[in-house]
Amino acid sequence: MKRRTVRKITNGLALCMSGLATAIGLFCLGAILWTLISRGVAGMSVALFTQNTPPPGGTGGIVNAIYGSVVMTLIGILIGAPIGMLAGTYLAEYGRTSRLSSVIRFVNDVLLSAPSIIVGLFIYELLVVRMGHFSALAGAVALAVIAIPVTVRTTEDMLNLVPQGMKDASTAMGAYPWRTITSIIYPAARSGIVTGLLLAVARISGETAPLLFTALNNQFWSTNLRAPMANLPVVIFQFALSPYKNWQQLAWSGALLVTLAILILSITARVVVSALNPGGDKQR
Amino acid sequence: MNTAAVAFDSRHAARQRLREALFRGATLIAALLVLTLLGGVAVSLLHGSWPAFSHFKLAFLTREIWNPVTDEYGALAPVYGTVVTSLLAMIIAIPISFGIAIFLTELAPSWLKRPVGVAIELLAAVPSIIFGIWGLFVLAPILQRHVQPWLIEWLGPLPVIGKLFQGPPFGIGILTASIVLAIMVLPFISAVMRDVFETVPDVLKESGYGLGATTWEVIWKVVVPYSRTGIVGGIMLGLGRALGETMAVTFVIGNAHRISPSLLAPGTTISASIANEFTEAVGDLYTSSLVALGSLLFLITFTVIAAARFMLLRLDRRALSSV
Repeated sequence: MKRRTVRKITNGLALCMSGLATAIGLFCLGAILWTLISRGVAGMSVALFTQNTPPPGGTGGIVNAIYGSVVMTLIGILIGAPIGMLAGTYLAEYGRTSRLSSVIRFVNDVLLSAPSIIVGLFIYELLVVRMGHFSALAGAVALAVIAIPVTVRTTEDMLNLVPQGMKDASTAMGAYPWRTITSIIYPAARSGIVTGLLLAVARISGETAPLLFTALNNQFWSTNLRAPMANLPVVIFQFALSPYKNWQQLAWSGALLVTLAILILSITARVVVSALNPGGDKQR
Repeated sequence: MNTAAVAFDSRHAARQRLREALFRGATLIAALLVLTLLGGVAVSLLHGSWPAFSHFKLAFLTREIWNPVTDEYGALAPVYGTVVTSLLAMIIAIPISFGIAIFLTELAPSWLKRPVGVAIELLAAVPSIIFGIWGLFVLAPILQRHVQPWLIEWLGPLPVIGKLFQGPPFGIGILTASIVLAIMVLPFISAVMRDVFETVPDVLKESGYGLGATTWEVIWKVVVPYSRTGIVGGIMLGLGRALGETMAVTFVIGNAHRISPSLLAPGTTISASIANEFTEAVGDLYTSSLVALGSLLFLITFTVIAAARFMLLRLDRRALSSV
């Protein structure tokens, strides 16, 4: 066979494989979403949103878990976001190229991909052991620890997108850096920062591992932050692995709710980004 | 009147300076807190695992035994499971991620690029527990009925590699966990690879095409060598994810504290052991042994992720300098 033909065939084969790989990736997403919808919709009912998690065999809903997830995610983001935003501000505006900043940036990147179960163990040692019991507060702090690196990263990236000219103009008018940052840079980067927050919420609202031994679970409605609190991920985990059909059904419905919420958050975040810089992908 | 204005001015300036100091201090403290977090994680894990390490000494690392009744624990089986599932996942995920990244950067028409890219990114947003429940109820039965019997029949009798495919088809086990892990890390690796490929200057690729190279030749001989460090960094990042992934694995690994040569047999990983047993662990030594497993996981993932970030760090600098 001619060398040219071999090269052409290799080329064709390789490109087909690449298309096939993409098809596999898309198929996995499709398969997972399809399973969630087909199994989760069956359990959608009013009871799901009005009743607490039932005992085995009984009927009920997951309203206590939904409430717990929302509360812990909100507290987590309320603790994590300000810290993350301030740290991101330091990296983007004050630290910039200093040695300390590059160390912090590196550590933050490591934290960003650190296993979340490690965070759970950390908060267990830090809070649960000291307080003597599992609590919703410990769960929220664990989620905050996961949210911090995400917010640091997005805040820094978004602040760096603000044109230097705007910062210079503010400085030239005699503004101190804090004034420039709070009155010029934050408003200019607002939609970017909001995106970062949305992504952080999306990230922590599905986290299970850090909640397993911080917030634990609670079969009943509880608003006490110092006591264990039900939450969707842990309920899904326990119910899915149970032998009871009604628990498994609730797990699927919960899974569908969590995934829908997260996908909506992620898509909203992307829409905000493309509204921020139209005509460009978020990378470059 | 003049002095009053000056006095007002200096008071105003003093207040501005104070606010500046406060704001700057607040950002610095927040930034330092990020450092403290990592340090705090390391210290608290070491503190929690001290009883186990001081009781079992180095034997903790080399023994397979895991017996809550006699209070004897060894980390070998979970460490083995963690490493094997992650490596197997990488073997599956790397070629597919590479294909996706190539498709997104070199092949896809521009109208297709964005939707496909977003879909892959959404796969990354799906929480890991969803992968777990899907793996247990959908993937495992399919593997048990259609794939594993075939593997046992055709690959089982072979010399050497046959050992990997023997035993009954459980459905759940090392292989299933690896496949679920592979699907999970796919989007991370392909996102990094795509970003890396996009840093290759068009001039280089065009020179390749100008010499008459096919698309594949340009990819394999220009794009890949140029972005080698970034590719390895992306792979290591995916490996770091796979090593520490908890929920997806916990559902499908089978949670058996033993090392068996067959990939179809149930096993356990560090994170799955912790997730399954931590809240039920009674006794200080049991709890401490689980935290000790956590410390090992922290050490392993920290090394891998730090190496990955270091490689990507160099890439970022080069990408910046080439602009």
